[in-house]
Amino acid sequence: MQEYSVFDIIGPRMTGPSSSHTAGACKMAYIARHIAGEDIKSADFTLYGSFAQTGAGHGTDKALIAGIMGMHPDDADIVNAYERAKEINLPVTFHMSEEDAPHPNTARIQTTDSNGNVTEVLGASIGGGNIRILEINRLEVEISGDYPTLIIQYRDVPGVVAVVTHVLAQHHINIAFMRVFRHGKGADAYMTIETDQSVNIKIREIIKNLSDEITTVFAV
Amino acid sequence: MVQFQTGIELLALCEEHSIPISEAMILREMHNSELSREDVCAEMRRNLIVMRESVENGLRGKRSISGLSGGDAARLHQYAEASPLLGSSAAHAAAAAMAVVEINAAMGRIVAAPTAGASGILPGVLFSVAQERGFEEHAIEQVLFTAGAVGGIIASNATIAGADGGCQAETGAAASMAAAALVELCGGTPVMALHAAAIALKNVLGLVCDPVAGLVECPCIKRNALGAINALLAADLALAGVCSMIPFDEVIHAMRAVGIAMRPELRETAMGGLAATPTGRAIAQKLRNNK
Repeated sequence: MQEYSVFDIIGPRMTGPSSSHTAGACKMAYIARHIAGEDIKSADFTLYGSFAQTGAGHGTDKALIAGIMGMHPDDADIVNAYERAKEINLPVTFHMSEEDAPHPNTARIQTTDSNGNVTEVLGASIGGGNIRILEINRLEVEISGDYPTLIIQYRDVPGVVAVVTHVLAQHHINIAFMRVFRHGKGADAYMTIETDQSVNIKIREIIKNLSDEITTVFAV
Repeated sequence: MVQFQTGIELLALCEEHSIPISEAMILREMHNSELSREDVCAEMRRNLIVMRESVENGLRGKRSISGLSGGDAARLHQYAEASPLLGSSAAHAAAAAMAVVEINAAMGRIVAAPTAGASGILPGVLFSVAQERGFEEHAIEQVLFTAGAVGGIIASNATIAGADGGCQAETGAAASMAAAALVELCGGTPVMALHAAAIALKNVLGLVCDPVAGLVECPCIKRNALGAINALLAADLALAGVCSMIPFDEVIHAMRAVGIAMRPELRETAMGGLAATPTGRAIAQKLRNNK
């Protein structure tokens, strides 16, 4: 039987109207922002399922724009997201898809950074403001955003996972959940490491410099 | 031993340590989160502040994003100043409850309690009763823990999601939580608080989740008004010494069973009930056309 924190019941503080279509959407985009290294020059959103059908009335579009700009799900400014985006010259586009999606509230978030690189994140809002990141750059992952999460992009060769976890151990960081995903043997891969403690920028720098096989390290 | 997952366990804990429900919840939270009492209470205070703001902002009368709702809370609040049939304080509580859900639909900030769709009931009754009777902020903060304990038991043993259990699971749970909180606020015992919780939930068994156009507006706003009155009624009954014939834990199981028996059309799919009426469908179509 699941036990709840009192703050699961009295909470979360959120911008309405819907914990799944508004708060969850904002949280998802906020995480996508961090996956993109917080360097976002334009954003394109594709909505699936219930997100596409009832998103307008729930302000899902505003919530996604707000999240990609770095607002939290309880930010009172979410309702003005379009105006804020204009103020910082951030072009945003939306597509409604009729395709089937893994979950009724799914969004594909594509962002372009100042070097023209594209990052694509597929996320689902599963209810109560909770989300799952399902794909990063078309690679399947599984991130809940409930824990501080390290996302490490690397080339799949022996030893990389071991040196990363060793650094975490040295800094007394406890790993709650960890997954590794790869496009193919020896190809691009991701480590998603959900930890009990935050991993600060100093430790992230150490990890990045551990090996040439490690291309990016970001924290969510 | 501070864990409890049922009403019976909660009452045993309260009896054993001679503590109110709120205290049992605080102790459990401190234990599970490893936070201090200060930190736990500070977090609840942050919720209280946003709850208060949501009532105040909603009573100013703001139109929802869809344009479907907004302003009714203010209307009732004004009317409540005169001599409403409900009596002034109950009418004010109902208006406050509506205000929160209206502001929710206008993309304002609220505290889910336990959900956004039912977010008006708890603050609606607590703030109006506190104002009426001169209770201090600290007292409201305290009984938010009572509400949380009751809501947690409902969530653990049944559901608090309209998609799973209909509106009985959302506004029903919120009314149940609010009733227990009111009883403790007014000096009732834990046993009385759970009688109130049981009565409130019993009163709305079978209530369906049928949001027009899939939005958290119609009938959600007015159902929060109903939930506020239900909570006040249940609390008054318990404080008057009236008991629920069916114990709280069994009422929760009944609610769960009723939810399972409900067809999907009646569980937040906007395909049944009011959502499927000619007017309901027309509203949905109009909003789709406006997109």
